[in-house]
Amino acid sequence: MSRKAFLSANEAAAHGVRLAKPEIVSAYPITPQTTLVEKIADFIADGESDIDYIMVESEHSAMAAAFGASLMGARTFTASSSQGLLYMAEMLHYASGTRVPIVMVDANRATAAPWNIYGDQRDTMSQRDAGWIMLFAESGQEALDMILQAYKIAEDPEIMTPVMVNLDGFTLTHTYDVVEIPDQEEVDAFLPPYKTDYKLDPEHPLTMAATTGPDFHTENRAQQQLAMEAAKAKIQEVSDEFAKMFGRDYHGLVEEYRCDDAEVALVATGSSAGTTRIIVDELREEGKKVGMIKIRSFRPFPKEYFHSVIDKFKAVGVIDRSISFGAEGTIFQEVKGAMYGSDAKLGNYIVGLGGRDVSRALIKEMFDKLFNMVNGGEEEEVQFLGLRW
Amino acid sequence: MAINLKTVDDKELLYGTKICQGCGAGMAARMALKVLGEKTVLCTPACCFAATTTVFPQSSIFVNNAISAFPGLAATASGMTHAMKALGWDDDYTMLAIAGDGGTIDIGLQGLSGAAERNDDLIYICYDNEAYMNTGVQRSGSTPFDAWTTTTPTGPCSKGEKNKFRKSLFEIMSAHRIPYVATASVAYPQDYMAKVAKAKEIKGCRVIHVSAPCPTGWGYDTAKTVELAKMAVESGLWYLAENEGGEMKLTYKPKELKDPADYLKMQKRFKHLTEEDIQEIREIRDAEWERLKKVLSFE
Amino acid sequence: MNKPKVNKDLKLPTNFDELMIGGGNGVGVLATVNSGFRTFHPVFDYNKCVRCMFCWIYCPEGCIDKTTVDPESGKIMLEVDMDYCKGCGVCANECPTKCISMVKDGDDDE
Repeated sequence: MSRKAFLSANEAAAHGVRLAKPEIVSAYPITPQTTLVEKIADFIADGESDIDYIMVESEHSAMAAAFGASLMGARTFTASSSQGLLYMAEMLHYASGTRVPIVMVDANRATAAPWNIYGDQRDTMSQRDAGWIMLFAESGQEALDMILQAYKIAEDPEIMTPVMVNLDGFTLTHTYDVVEIPDQEEVDAFLPPYKTDYKLDPEHPLTMAATTGPDFHTENRAQQQLAMEAAKAKIQEVSDEFAKMFGRDYHGLVEEYRCDDAEVALVATGSSAGTTRIIVDELREEGKKVGMIKIRSFRPFPKEYFHSVIDKFKAVGVIDRSISFGAEGTIFQEVKGAMYGSDAKLGNYIVGLGGRDVSRALIKEMFDKLFNMVNGGEEEEVQFLGLRW
Repeated sequence: MAINLKTVDDKELLYGTKICQGCGAGMAARMALKVLGEKTVLCTPACCFAATTTVFPQSSIFVNNAISAFPGLAATASGMTHAMKALGWDDDYTMLAIAGDGGTIDIGLQGLSGAAERNDDLIYICYDNEAYMNTGVQRSGSTPFDAWTTTTPTGPCSKGEKNKFRKSLFEIMSAHRIPYVATASVAYPQDYMAKVAKAKEIKGCRVIHVSAPCPTGWGYDTAKTVELAKMAVESGLWYLAENEGGEMKLTYKPKELKDPADYLKMQKRFKHLTEEDIQEIREIRDAEWERLKKVLSFE
Repeated sequence: MNKPKVNKDLKLPTNFDELMIGGGNGVGVLATVNSGFRTFHPVFDYNKCVRCMFCWIYCPEGCIDKTTVDPESGKIMLEVDMDYCKGCGVCANECPTKCISMVKDGDDDE
């Protein structure tokens, strides 16, 4: 029987890791990821898990050790954040390019300088092109459930691509909620042990991560793209299977919330989706036709979904907790590209940087701006909201 | 364990590589694999060794192997050896990491320190060709004093490498109190291979630092690799030592140190040296030898 | 001669299914020979050879073979794999009896 517990998203994710039973965890502590890896250490100390936790001396080594273990066919996990993610960036590429199915959590945090330990998405978005599947969780429950789904996606023979599960720093990682912890037997039925032929093996030795020159490198990259495209159906399939087994449906790559007859929709990820959900309900009470589009999978990007709604909404806004300086919010760029040809008004709202709250008032302001455009008003396409002046 | 060359396994586990003619690194890796055998898993960074062995579709390594990033080699090997145990591989498999001097004592040192501190069960061999050779002979923390490299060029304002002392990997790793540390040279295969054989029988983190001349980077006739490596040892510019469980000793003592001048004059990287410069190198060598006598307790 | 051979039957992948993911490959796959590196090659004088095996262990290519035994004398007849000898000359330089001479390719009688 599953049980309920009052957990932070970090602790919930740690339970997800415990239940997924990786052989190897290698991690280096960094705020706000620490309570996750501490919880894993607790499980081991309490005899609740027999994970081999390698205490590495840096994030680069954390990913390198996970990479090495994964080459041998072990199920592996690591977690990091911010500067740590940047420090392991080189190994992120090694992992994805070698196609080893590592699962990691990134506790989304601002990047220095100016030094800041609080939440935003500039760390993870800077690794957009590292070749990882990038999923965003909205709650502690989704964090736990997403870890289990992540392994099933990553280890699929057609996919073989590492997965980064993103949790908003503090807003999720350190916020407590009631989380249902599934039974080990249930999880085992959903997620069997990792078996693969693509590994270093005593009986069938291999060369892995070899050099490829101009004659084959493009084909290696095209293979990665094929796997990423295939991951779209896989993410949906795994989400559906999870819903059937555990009764919690996360709708695959994208969740539409009250979008059926919506005129105006706001695109959200992570914890912002939770707040937006509340505001959508409030505005619906007032008779406003609003909805939310929650992106769960940023890589692969649900291009097909956004293309399918180019005629659906009068205005679409995108919440970004990161910006590509000199361009636009990172998610907005992608949404805009996927909605090419749409007559819908588009707005991009840069908020929640360095831990500033993505408040209910801000979300309301976004909807106001979108309605203003629908009613003929002019708005700057990309706006920082909630600036002090 | 004495090494009898007549009975050393004939089977090649490294073959058909694209190493330069006379490559010392190739010698070092081949000799090690001869001792360790087929039950070896090999990991290298993207160094000379990787670039000359595993460019698709070629794979000149005959055992399980993988490439990792320069700063990530030791940690990758740690992950591999931990996974070998977690997945129940036979106990007699050896996790072997091979990297150059740059990949080890410069960019790779932090990761190696971590692996050593954890005493992870692996053998780490550093083949030392005294510069970053794969990228085209740039200086490393192991480049000797006055040596020309492409980043320590000689000219009116430069005599080459400025640091008088190379980083001592032997002493750095000894300070980690791992069970086995050794220095070796490709010119002394029985000494080197006996050290690899000894390391193979020990559990934990074992590090061997082997001198491996590079004809391309040093500028000498490809036939002279072993001759030069021998002269380095005979003239006290390199030494053969080991540290087994804290017991440090020299494993080969030249009867009388030869003049480094002959060694230096054989290489283009030192061709700019004057007699005065060579005298300075003699003095540095003498001081270093006196220091080694204390570290390694020999007379 | 007991040395790995060039894989003459090597088939390059022709589609995505045949290309191993992630830059993976088998082990010991020799796509090409190395004789093109070579200008000189070693020639042994077996009368002077004392079978000390220094050439065999020093050879950076590992291309000297020690498995052939002369049936009459019972002595090892060291042979060089000319597909993979690059002609570096280390063997000749290190031979204590100087029984190895480096001969320019094409200049000997073979």
